[in-house]
Amino acid sequence: MPPPTEPERPFVEPWHAQIFGMTHALAAAGSFTWPDWASHFGEALKLALNAGGPTDGSDYYDVWLVALETFLIEQDLADRDSLDDLRAAWTDAYLSTPHGAPVELSSKALSGA
Amino acid sequence: MTKKPPHDHSHPHTLLPSDPALRAKAIETLLVGKGLVDPAAVDALVDTFSNDIGPRNGAQVVARSWSDPDYRARLLGDATAAIAELGFSGMQGEHMVAVENSERVHNVVVCTLCSCYPWPVLGLPPVWFKSPEYRARVVREPRAVIAEFGLELSDDIEIRVWDSTAEIRYLVVPQRPAGTEALDEVGLADLVTRDSMIGTGLAMQPEAS
Repeated sequence: MPPPTEPERPFVEPWHAQIFGMTHALAAAGSFTWPDWASHFGEALKLALNAGGPTDGSDYYDVWLVALETFLIEQDLADRDSLDDLRAAWTDAYLSTPHGAPVELSSKALSGA
Repeated sequence: MTKKPPHDHSHPHTLLPSDPALRAKAIETLLVGKGLVDPAAVDALVDTFSNDIGPRNGAQVVARSWSDPDYRARLLGDATAAIAELGFSGMQGEHMVAVENSERVHNVVVCTLCSCYPWPVLGLPPVWFKSPEYRARVVREPRAVIAEFGLELSDDIEIRVWDSTAEIRYLVVPQRPAGTEALDEVGLADLVTRDSMIGTGLAMQPEAS
């Protein structure tokens, strides 16, 4: 085990904070219970490890992200097509937004969600 | 073999975020659009976890239990209520249990399922707490794992491993170091490390005066 004394940043990437915050906000708002989420996430962690994932926890938020997507779909709070469409729309938005300008989704992409 | 040039800074468009970042944005856009998530609530939660809660909360709890026998009894009897007395309460209503170290027993906490952690008193878990290696090994060979954190426990000390769940979170109350009789609660709390409240460390010794 590594020496654990170094202070750690709470979130390494902004999206780690984003999915962590969303999951807590959804549970706090009653969209699902935390134990149901924890059980789904625990299963995903086990699968990732069994599939040869790292043992140092470095893929923790990657697994969280995939687990959150499948959990939201399972709970009927999201659907795969909308997630895929919105990901593509965000990609387009980044690629078509001039450097320095705020990146926003077109109203078409938003209404399609 | 042709080598691709490094990132071309004459690119007219904004740098594309990573795939996970785009997927996270897609989730947020969808959930906000459906009214399931309030972006301000997400920001507030992240801010709370990043800035307001952390091991200093737990250290206050431990320092109080060291200096106030009545509080100690309440903490060991009903940790959720005793911790709430100091203004710290569960984020998702989880139940807290305090386990106290002694001359004979050393407690250590894990979550074998995922990373259930006593957020209100310790904040976010360190990466090693979330690692499959710690989660699996501390159950099988706690003495060896704790030794890797630099804590050699003698063989006559019993090690108890507590497996957190989504419903029950454990806080280890480390032993009060010797030579701290003159310290007030604030001074005592300074000795209480995060790892001492997980069980992979001890409280620090006071500086020799």
